[in-house]
Amino acid sequence: MAKVSTVVVSHSRQLADGVIELINQTKQEDVIVIAAGGTEDGGIGTSPDLISEALKKADNPAGTVVLFDLGSALMNTEMALDMLDELEGEVVIADAPIVEGAYVSVVEAGMGKALKEVQESVEKAKKWNKKT
Amino acid sequence: MNLTTETAKQWLLAAGRDMQENKGYLSELDQAIGDGDHGHNMARGFAEVEKKIASKTYDDVGGVVKDASMTIISKVGGAAGPLYGTAFLKASGVWKGKAEVSDEEFAEGLKAAIDGIAQRGKSEQGQKTMLDVWIPVLQEAEKGNIEAEQLAQTAKEAMEKTEGIEAKKGRAAYLGERSIGHLDPGAYSSYLLFEALVEAIEAGGEANG
Repeated sequence: MAKVSTVVVSHSRQLADGVIELINQTKQEDVIVIAAGGTEDGGIGTSPDLISEALKKADNPAGTVVLFDLGSALMNTEMALDMLDELEGEVVIADAPIVEGAYVSVVEAGMGKALKEVQESVEKAKKWNKKT
Repeated sequence: MNLTTETAKQWLLAAGRDMQENKGYLSELDQAIGDGDHGHNMARGFAEVEKKIASKTYDDVGGVVKDASMTIISKVGGAAGPLYGTAFLKASGVWKGKAEVSDEEFAEGLKAAIDGIAQRGKSEQGQKTMLDVWIPVLQEAEKGNIEAEQLAQTAKEAMEKTEGIEAKKGRAAYLGERSIGHLDPGAYSSYLLFEALVEAIEAGGEANG
């Protein structure tokens, strides 16, 4: 059965790749996580083209959760979604910190949870108290 | 105002020169209340637009503006990319198939651009953004008998007023009241865009006359 995918959008390619590197330690093999960091030439920023490519790679019937770091990453993700039309699964953009969010996303996806459930858990990561 | 396909092309090229000339100043404005990349992003985006459109022949105003929009969307990584890109894309839809755009159609294109910016940025007038320039310019254009110089003057005054507004959008919003006293960089680059229209219209008039 298809499992929910995760796409991490960051202004920095290294930051997005780093989150994936970290999350790969935790995730199950059949859970897909893709980075879309930086601009096309590797600079700081986000690119709707790179985000579209990542969404296509991540696409599956169970759907995809997108995490983003700062404001214009959201605008470019929405822009990418406007331009894409042939995706199999639904895409939701989660409002959550990218490290904690991506972690929860792959764990919940690994348990075979549905897209909305994964999104809900991911967004709870915003309120984690990490010191207790 | 006589906005032909060639004038529209010259408008975008003139805007590119203005962004390049004001690159340092735009970034300076952005360093005060944002992340300091606005001048770099605008100059780079419009340099790519120039590469794309300069040697290409277009049949309609919509075609050249659409090429500019797709280039800006692809090449500008900051917030300016999706915002200007969406603005141009929406306007290009209104101007599609038109070798020349009437005053009324020009205003319709601006209106579509503004709706696009507002939707993409989830923003409205009075939040210290580019909309604080675009909306007064639209109101001026909707009066009819458009004079590019009058639009540029409206844009300039509106841009200057952003100094007194508290930012509600983008990274400047984190500064809250401390954003007051600074011009909005996006408002300034929008003013440059409408200023470039004057150059293009004047050049077009001379070429025709």
